[in-house]
Order: sequence, then structure tokens, then C-alpha cells
Amino acid sequence: MRNFSQVQDATLPADIPRSLRSWRVDDFSLLIGTAVAGISTTWVIYTALTPATGKTGFFLIAYLTFLILYVMICALELGRQTAFDNLWTVLTWSAALLLLAPLTTILLYVIVKGFAGLNGDFFTKDLSATGTLDSGGGAAAAIVGTLQQVFIAVCISVPLGLLTAVYLNEVKGRFRRPVRMFVDAMSGIPSIVAGLFIYAVWIIALGNVFSGLAAALALSILMLPTVTRTAEEVLRLVPDGMREGSLALGATRWQTTYRVVMPTAASGLITAIVLGVARAVGETAPLIMTSFGSTAMNANPLNGAQDSLPLFVYRLIANPFAAQQQRAWTGALVLVMVVLVLFTIARIIGAKASGNRR
Amino acid sequence: MSIDLRESREIDTEPMSGTLIADSVSCWFGERKVLDRVSLEMRPLTVTALIGPSGCGKSTFLRSLNRMHELVPSARFAGRVLLDGEDIYDSSVRATTTRRRVGMVFQKPNPFPAMSISGNILSGRKLSGMTTENPEEVVEVALTRAGLWKEVRDRLDSAGGALSGGQQQRLCIARSLAVDPEVLLMDEPCSALDPTSTMKIEETIREISGRVTVVIVTHNMQQAQRVSQQCAFFLAAENQPGYIVEVGETRKMFSNPEDSRTEDYVNGRFG
Amino acid sequence: MQADEDKSLDRKDASSQDQPRTLERSLSTDDRVYEAAAVAGGLSTLVILAFIGLFLFVRSSLVFSQVGLGFFTSTSWRPDASPPEFGIVSILYWTVIIAIIALAIALPVSVLTALFLVEYSPRRLRGPLRTLVDLLAAIPSLIYGLWGLFFLQPHLVGVARWLSDYASFIPIFRVKEPTFTGSAFIVSVVLALMILPIITSIVREVLEQTPPGEKEAALALGSTRSGMVKSVMLPFARGGIIGGSMLGLGRALGETIAVAIILSPSLIISPRILETGTNSIASLIALKFGEADELSLSALMAAGLTLFVLTLTVNFIASFVVARSRSGAGVDA
Repeated sequence: MRNFSQVQDATLPADIPRSLRSWRVDDFSLLIGTAVAGISTTWVIYTALTPATGKTGFFLIAYLTFLILYVMICALELGRQTAFDNLWTVLTWSAALLLLAPLTTILLYVIVKGFAGLNGDFFTKDLSATGTLDSGGGAAAAIVGTLQQVFIAVCISVPLGLLTAVYLNEVKGRFRRPVRMFVDAMSGIPSIVAGLFIYAVWIIALGNVFSGLAAALALSILMLPTVTRTAEEVLRLVPDGMREGSLALGATRWQTTYRVVMPTAASGLITAIVLGVARAVGETAPLIMTSFGSTAMNANPLNGAQDSLPLFVYRLIANPFAAQQQRAWTGALVLVMVVLVLFTIARIIGAKASGNRR
Repeated sequence: MSIDLRESREIDTEPMSGTLIADSVSCWFGERKVLDRVSLEMRPLTVTALIGPSGCGKSTFLRSLNRMHELVPSARFAGRVLLDGEDIYDSSVRATTTRRRVGMVFQKPNPFPAMSISGNILSGRKLSGMTTENPEEVVEVALTRAGLWKEVRDRLDSAGGALSGGQQQRLCIARSLAVDPEVLLMDEPCSALDPTSTMKIEETIREISGRVTVVIVTHNMQQAQRVSQQCAFFLAAENQPGYIVEVGETRKMFSNPEDSRTEDYVNGRFG
Repeated sequence: MQADEDKSLDRKDASSQDQPRTLERSLSTDDRVYEAAAVAGGLSTLVILAFIGLFLFVRSSLVFSQVGLGFFTSTSWRPDASPPEFGIVSILYWTVIIAIIALAIALPVSVLTALFLVEYSPRRLRGPLRTLVDLLAAIPSLIYGLWGLFFLQPHLVGVARWLSDYASFIPIFRVKEPTFTGSAFIVSVVLALMILPIITSIVREVLEQTPPGEKEAALALGSTRSGMVKSVMLPFARGGIIGGSMLGLGRALGETIAVAIILSPSLIISPRILETGTNSIASLIALKFGEADELSLSALMAAGLTLFVLTLTVNFIASFVVARSRSGAGVDA
């Protein structure tokens, strides 16, 4: 057997990995130094030269001053090429932070404003017995409405969405390309248009009344593209080898899809459904003209105006009385929490799915 | 003919331009070591071929010569690489400057498809911050040196991606030459090409070696014999880091090598 | 290398021709039902879209019979006048303005964020950051509206005032009346935030597909990272950037509740975006639905139809652009 190993030579120098970092201590101190300079210059500009009010303006001008100073000093010390390179790095970091700031403030703000109204009553009582100045009562009617409407919407949009995804990816029909284009186009439908459509068809043309069912119909139009696209992506990830194996064993296409492809894609499909639900839960606009909202509990989704959480919040936030507004904020908090939970569930299922595939 | 760096720590203070010396270079990817203390002097204005079976770290070594190795997130490096006596890994040396002075041509030709042919040639100069006084002259010179001028002189504005594989590779060579490098590294430049294109590129290599130092990784031993003056034979045991077995004049390596493993490899007994 | 050698590689019996057979599929009943159902599902999308257009059109016929094509040329919306006047021009104007401003704000931030996610961020942060961007997309429009009105607006009013005081050499920053709440500017900022995640996701997906060989080539020539980004990655992603922008634009055009909560409705066409008073078709419908009589309802339907056609067109163009671009192959919008 040939020996390909290197003869260990003790006289060769020991090798220690070197530091190859491109940003060194110098670079960081340059960054911080210019940031401080930017802030102090802004102070001067702000108070003396062009007086303005508000912290926002201060931060904006401080940032701009910092950028200008940083680029200038980098160019002087490190050369033009490096200056521009560093500028891009700073800009991309700024953009990312800019994105994070609103996200955190939104969540914190809603939590802070809504927390005070969180109590058992909120979830169990409705508003039929409370006067405009009272603080008792809660969003029970709204919560029931949301649950019912979303449930019905899921029952409508999920089978339809799965069928469409199957059409696009498994059956691969002739109209595949136009259908996919239309699904994409449908995801851009303004939510108010969906509501208007259902109002025109269901309530005017077919003569029905406002109801949770009408709302569910509008919601399913909005959920459909989300469910379809996510489901199609998931189905596409199932390896063709599995389909071929099943067909080679003599299974029909239906059996292949139902017994092989779908179970494999199951967790992805559940993710698609959860994401669709997350979208439906927060929609407000279409509800205005389909379920209309109400203060009393209406547990019958088929008949009569029904309240739901988004309408609850939308209606009460415009109310001048503090107690009502507090309820609106608490409702908003519950809404955000529900969406967050659904989002997290979808993420966890999705992560497990891709973990299993490896 | 290899320099024993343990004894002669004195490096020539005025080395000839284009002298590239690797001093005890080791490379890791994370915890996995792929090169173990490799030392090699690549003489100026000569073609040095790096040969050896696949997986011995030849390409990794090549990429450490122009600081492309560190672009991989988990990459680690030890040792020195001296370009004209100056360590390119020193913290005062910018990697971008090194890469301009030490160019690289890759296995798969990668011209910028959205740019024209002249755009491609000039892109290197623009990207590395060089000013160009006379762009047309630069383009013509670079294409002539790469042996492509006659074929494309009347379609310099057409897209760089529309050429054949061999032409694309010569375009990449021209693009690298346009920034006036001192060294040109070539990582199996002909392995994706047909025999005719290979011939043309080998011709190009012979011509440019009068201007730039060339270091070429190749699996093709006949090619190594055809183009190089100096050879380094790399080897690695299974799951072991690569190292150099033998360095020498090409003619000697192939007719009368010193190490038996070299002899076995060049005679096709393994690899 | 002689031509004769090539010829000798041809088949000697090149004269016989063969035609492919047509293959019949014989399906079991199971499969017939299955395929029919799938086709029905697939076509349902087309059907729904067609019906939406149809019903909205039918329902708007009333107002068209009263106002005619004046609907598209008039700027007033007065159901109580005699005769009642309905015109969509100023509403359409503001709808497009706030969407464009939102895009102008969101696009650079989105592209920079996408670059950050793909190139500049530490690798370990990338997963969590992507999740945060997706989270921004999941927040309901209602919440954005509330936050925009109660939290953001007070902050932005100061900025608007400063701009109108010191930057009024730019015409759009001038104001006639120093009221800054409920302005196109503030609505656009909130809209920009809402469309940011959409554009960022698409641009990020597209940037990730940049051929690594080209990136390496740029770096090996001595380019800095930003040089490589500017000359290789951004040109490659151009189709995705345009497509993503249009999708964001479509979303901004149709956004309802957040706009309805924040804006202070106005029918006056003006370039003064810092001043109070703006509008959008979607918020018009939402706000006026409750008190609409039959004619007004028909007018709202007509407005809805206009918005439907507008957003559909923008979205179609967007998918087309993304699909045709170099980077678009295989990208899901």
C-alpha cells in the first residue's frame, strides 16, 4: 500500500492561523468617532442655525451629518475606494436597523396601550349590556365572530386552494401558465374590492342579509391565493422520484397524489393553511360590507350582522370615550398576539418540515 | 530547484517583479485542514504548474495566493505569501490591491454577460479603481495578448456572453491582463474546453509568460509538460491535508523525478 | 482535424425516417374525477376574477347611466347635489400619489435591506432577520393604521413642519395651511413600511441567485465588495427589483384600512403632500359605504371597479417583468 502521508518534519515552524478580519479596531473607532461628531454638529445646527422641534428631526439630521463626515474622513484616511465600500456597509446596516425600529415600536406600543384592558371579562362578555361610558363588558361577540368566520373561510379556501395547487403542479393542465398568472394577480386584489364583490353578489343579487357567512366568503377570496401559492411551492419540493415510484407500482394519479405526495408535503401544507389564516384574521375592510359588525352576540354565522375582532377595534377606536378606546387597544393587542402565535406556529412547522427532509 | 526557506531567511530586498513565494502556507476550512505548511517559490516570468491528484489542495493553495481563500466564511490561513518580498497577508496590505496584482482565471469561464466585450475588458480596471486614459488601446492590447483580437475586433460591442467557451475563457484572460497584474493564477483553465480551444489557450499562456508570472493548476500532465518550466507535485493521504512532495524543472520531474511517488504519478500508476 | 473524420461519424443508414406515435392515455374513473376536479379548481381562480369584474361592472351601470363618462373626468363627489355628482379624478390622483411616494421611500430601503441580508450581514443573523422581515409583512393593516395615527404621526408632524419651513424651495414641500396631520406624506410613510417586506423578500430571493462565478470574477479583479455588488449583483437583480417594486406599488394602491384610519379626506388636487388632505379609492369606499344610498353605492362600485382594473394591471405587468428578466426564472413573486 502506497504511503501518501507527509513525513512529519519537526523542524518546520508551527502553524497558527492568522487573523484575516477586514474591519479592525481602527475602523470601529473611526465609526464611533464620526457618530459622536455627527451628533454634536447636529446639536449646533439644530438649536442655533435652523431651529426645529421634535426628536425625529434631530435624529434624521444627526444621521445625515454622520454619514457625510464618515465618508469624508474615510476618503481622507483610507482612500476613495475604501470610503465608498464602507459607505455601502453603513447604508445596508442602517436600512436593516430602520426596518427593525418600527417593528419593535409597533409591538411595544400595542402591548403598552392594550395591556390594561386585558381581563377575563374581555374574553367572556359582549358589549350589549354596557353603556358608552362603562368599562365592563368585552369582546366576546367579536371573538366568536372572528373564530366562526375564519373557520368557514378555511373550509372554503383550503380545498379550493389545494385543488388549484394540485392542478398547477401535479395534473399540470394546459392552462397552467395563465392560471398561475391569475393566482398571482389575485393575490393583489385590494381587500375592499373582495368585500364589494361579495356585497354585490351575495347581498344585492342573491338578496341575503349581512352575515358571518358573507364575511367568510370575502375572506376566502383573500386567503385563496396565499394558500394556493404556498401549497404549490410545497408540492414542488416533493421529489419526482416519489411520484414515479408510485406510478411504477401501478397506482393511479389520484392515489399517487393523495397517498404519496400530500402526506410528504403535509407539514408544508399545514404551514400554507396557517399563513392563510393569519392573513384572514387581520382583515378589516371586507368585513365592513359583509358582516357589518354589531355590539350584541350573534353566534349564528348564517344570519344577521356579526361582530369580529378587527371590526370591533376599528369601530371603537373612533369613539371619543376613553373606556371604548381602551377596549379597542386591548382588541388590537389580542389581534396582534393571535397573528404572532399563528406566524410562530407556521415557522415552527416549516422548520421541522425542512429539518425532516434533511 | 526549491528554496529552503528554513536556512535563507534573507529575502532579496529587490526581488524581480512578479516573484511569488509561499512560505509555510497552511489552510483550513473550519476545523478541517486542507494544506499543511506548503512552501514554494514561483519564479518570475515563468510558468509554474501545480500537478497532483484531485483533492490535494492545489486549488486551495492557488486561491491563497491572491487572498480569495478567505472569502469562504470558515476559511483560516497560516504562513506568509510574499509578492516581491512583501507579505500580502500583512494587515497593512489591502486584499483588493493584491488581487489586482495577482489575477485569476477560473475553471469555468465567467465573463460578465450583460457587458460588451470591451466593457468586460475595461471592467477590471474600473472595479479596481484604475483610471484609463485610452480605453480602445487598452482593449486592443489586452485582446491581442490573449490571442482573441483578430476574432472579435469587429464586434467589440456585442455581449460578452455570446462567445464560444474557448473565446470566453480568452476574454477572461484578456480581462485579467488589462489591469496589468504581475502574476496570473489559472485554475484548470482548459478543463471545460474542447481540444482546439485548449490549444489556443496554451499558446496564449506561452506568450503571456514573457510578461507575467503564471501559476497554473492542471490535471492534465501532458499540458503541464507542454506549458510549464517548473512543476510542483501535490499529494494528500485520505482525510489528510495536502503538501508538496517534490518541486523541480518540468523536464526533470517527468523524466527523472527524485521521489518515487512523483515517478508513480507522472507515469500514470495512480491518480 | 480533418472534415472527413467528422463525416464518418454519421449514421450509415440515415435514409429511413421514423415518426413518433401518438400515445393515448386511458384513465381509470378515479383519475378522471380527480383530473376534472383539479381542472375545476384551477379554473376557479379565473372564474372568480372574471366574476368580480363582471359584478362590479353591472353594479356600476347605474351611476354610469346617470353621470356617464363624466365619472372619469369630474373631481367632485357630491351625492346630495342635484344632480348628484360623482367623479373619480381627484381620488385617483391621490391614490396614485401616495402609492408612488410610498414606493419612492420603500424601494431604496428595501434594496439595501435585501443586500444586507444577502451580503453584508453576519451569517448567523440571516435567518432571524429574514423572520423579522416576514413578521413585518404579517402584521395586519389595521394595526399599522393605529400605530401610524397615534404613535408615528405626532413624530412626523414635526418633520413635516421643518420641511415646509426650510425646504420650501422644493414645490411639493410648500403648504398653504399649516396643518400637517392626515397628509399624503404621513400616509405614504406608513404605506412604505407596509410594502417594505414585500419588496425586500423578492429582491432578496433574486439577489441570492446571482451566479457565484461572476461575483468571484469581480472580486478576483481587485474589486471591493460594494464594487462587486454594484457591477454584478444589482444589474443581475434588475428584473426582480422592478417586479418587486411593481408588486409593492400594487399593494400600496389597494391598501384600505391603514389609509382610512390616518388620512384626512380631501378632494382637492394639489402637489402639497405635507399638508393635510389626501385620499385613496380604497379608503373612500370604506369610509363612505355606511351612509351610501343606492346611487352612491353604484358610484362606489364603479370606484371599486377602477381600483380592481388598476391593481390587476400593475400586478400582471409585475409578474411579466419578473418572469422575463435574467433573474426571474423560477422566482415566486
